[in-house]
Amino acid sequence: MATLQLHDIVKRFDDTEVIKGVDLEVNDREFVVFVGPSGCGKSTLLRMIAGLESATSGDILIDGVRMNEVGPAERGLAMVFQSYALYPHMTVEDNMGFSLKLAGVPKEERRRKVREAASILQLEPLLERKPKALSGGQRQRVAIGRAIVRNPSIFLFDEPLSNLDAALRVQMRIELARLHEELDATMIYVTHDQIEAMTMADKIVVLQGGVVEQVGSPMELYHHPRNRFVAGFIGSPKMNFLEVERVSAAATGVEVRLPDGDTCTVPVDGSGLDDDALTLGIRPEHLQLDPQGPLSGRIEVIERLGGVTSLYVRMQDTLVTMSADGNVDSRVGDSLRFGFERDCAHLFDGEGLALPSLARHPLAGLNRQDNRAPAAAGRL
Amino acid sequence: MTTLKTKVLPAEGHLAATSSGARARHTPLMPSAGMRRVWLTLLGWGIALIIFFPILWMVLTGFKTEAAAIADPSLIFTPTLESYVAVQARADYFKFAMNSVVVAFGSTLLALLIAIPAAYAMAFLPTRRTKATLLWMLSTKMLPPVGVLVPIYLIFRDLGLLDTRSGLIIVYTLMNLPIVVWMLYTFFKDLPRDILEAGRMDGASTFQEVVYLLLPLTLPGIASTGLLSVILSWNEAFWSLNLTSSNAAPLTAYIASFSSPEGLFWAKLSAASTMAIAPILIFGWLTQKQMVRGLTFGAVK
Repeated sequence: MATLQLHDIVKRFDDTEVIKGVDLEVNDREFVVFVGPSGCGKSTLLRMIAGLESATSGDILIDGVRMNEVGPAERGLAMVFQSYALYPHMTVEDNMGFSLKLAGVPKEERRRKVREAASILQLEPLLERKPKALSGGQRQRVAIGRAIVRNPSIFLFDEPLSNLDAALRVQMRIELARLHEELDATMIYVTHDQIEAMTMADKIVVLQGGVVEQVGSPMELYHHPRNRFVAGFIGSPKMNFLEVERVSAAATGVEVRLPDGDTCTVPVDGSGLDDDALTLGIRPEHLQLDPQGPLSGRIEVIERLGGVTSLYVRMQDTLVTMSADGNVDSRVGDSLRFGFERDCAHLFDGEGLALPSLARHPLAGLNRQDNRAPAAAGRL
Repeated sequence: MTTLKTKVLPAEGHLAATSSGARARHTPLMPSAGMRRVWLTLLGWGIALIIFFPILWMVLTGFKTEAAAIADPSLIFTPTLESYVAVQARADYFKFAMNSVVVAFGSTLLALLIAIPAAYAMAFLPTRRTKATLLWMLSTKMLPPVGVLVPIYLIFRDLGLLDTRSGLIIVYTLMNLPIVVWMLYTFFKDLPRDILEAGRMDGASTFQEVVYLLLPLTLPGIASTGLLSVILSWNEAFWSLNLTSSNAAPLTAYIASFSSPEGLFWAKLSAASTMAIAPILIFGWLTQKQMVRGLTFGAVK
């Protein structure tokens, strides 16, 4: 059992406020990912939870107990650092057993616990080695093993995969997800990589400039981003944004004029909307080639990935990304017409806030656990 | 010094050889790789000899008779221990040497004990004033020691520290502290913070952090800092000449005692100097690997 609550957390370094009042609830056994561009404060937030950094104001509660003044070790957490932060002069076994040694655990028990953790991570053959003699992936596993040995109530990960190459990152991602299930622990994970966030999280916390932009399940953020920032940050390739003009707005839909002059109605709640300049957000995967489509442009770049082809289409002064079929036979310089799925389009007001969709996406409430549960499989 | 140079030069020569060898194919006017290497080696040895020559000359002079020492400089002579015997008859070398050892190592130990916590605080818990404090510490080294001779002499006299080893240890510790703190600070700063933070997450107290993580990981740096402090203390002459007379006088005072009262006796002075620098020279030689490793600790990690 471990829950975490943050109440109005503020962090100031000298005169700069890097965290501007964060409220957050992390439930027991949840995998929560803090994601955001560099400098958004996600690592600082994690370090405050860890106790390595003090909060300027606000409360940090673990299992309902205020922890602001409690030292890092006494909070019952374990942290995996981006640099792994293994102790270079100690063997893998000593690295993993260091916390137990400090806690005065007898040697035999220490050994047993280290081996237990090592077997979860297949580290047994490496126990005698020093970190220097390990590959990046192995070091990463040792760092995780060191955390496991402490049997923490909450695991904290600070961009743990960013020093690994792409292939290894995918592998470790899967391993971490497996570990989360196996250990049944609460985990908080910081990353700037939205793919890591989407694939591992039960709950994603999107941060920008020290403020929480949105909290929700991956599918919630993907289908119902609260604002332009979240819409652009979640999803790959990035969402396209087109400047459009309001024609009419009602609670049943908003009619807008597209750049080419055609009009279309987006199924969002436009009641009370009085901005004239709006932004239409369409994900690359929701654009499709259509000779009768309302949009047109000229292909500037083509990226063929095999299964999918990314077309970069110039529409006046915006470059639109379209995910097309892998077998599409277009060439650079081709002019084409295309359309989009109205139901998947997003509309943002002058302040960048999303207008609420009329229909909630059926998968928006889905989280990672549901992917596995047989009942949820029926829903899919 | 010299051994180090001979070790390094062939390696450089080798590097030069491969690169100039590659170039030689395009420009036949370039000297061959072998020639380059010979020149570099000669140059290296030449510079080493120039640097080492005064010491060599002193050592040689120590083995000459007084007459030979002031005669035309010559490398060919019959070596004699005459001067050494005369020197030892006049003053007990071992007593001075013991003082030097105790004072040099004692002050180094004390300086490290004070500087390690100071450097830890500055490197890992800096405040806005840390940089200024470091600069101020270094600036104290810019003051000529003679400027504080009178006050320190009077304080020492009143506290009964004149001509005591502990008195010298205190002065040397204070003298070397700025440098020791600076060096340790730079070595500590090179240690990734994450490692200490990981230790804190693992439940280490500040003391355990220092003992289990910081000290073992920066040992090369601490060792080279300590070695430098030993050498500086060993060679220090100003304070030892002014604050000691017989009981606590180290080897620098021992050498000095041969230069003044009897006029200039080159051979005896050289013999005494040779004996005074021999221990630290051998010490430096033995630890040179450690010193170089420590001084390049951050750079090649």
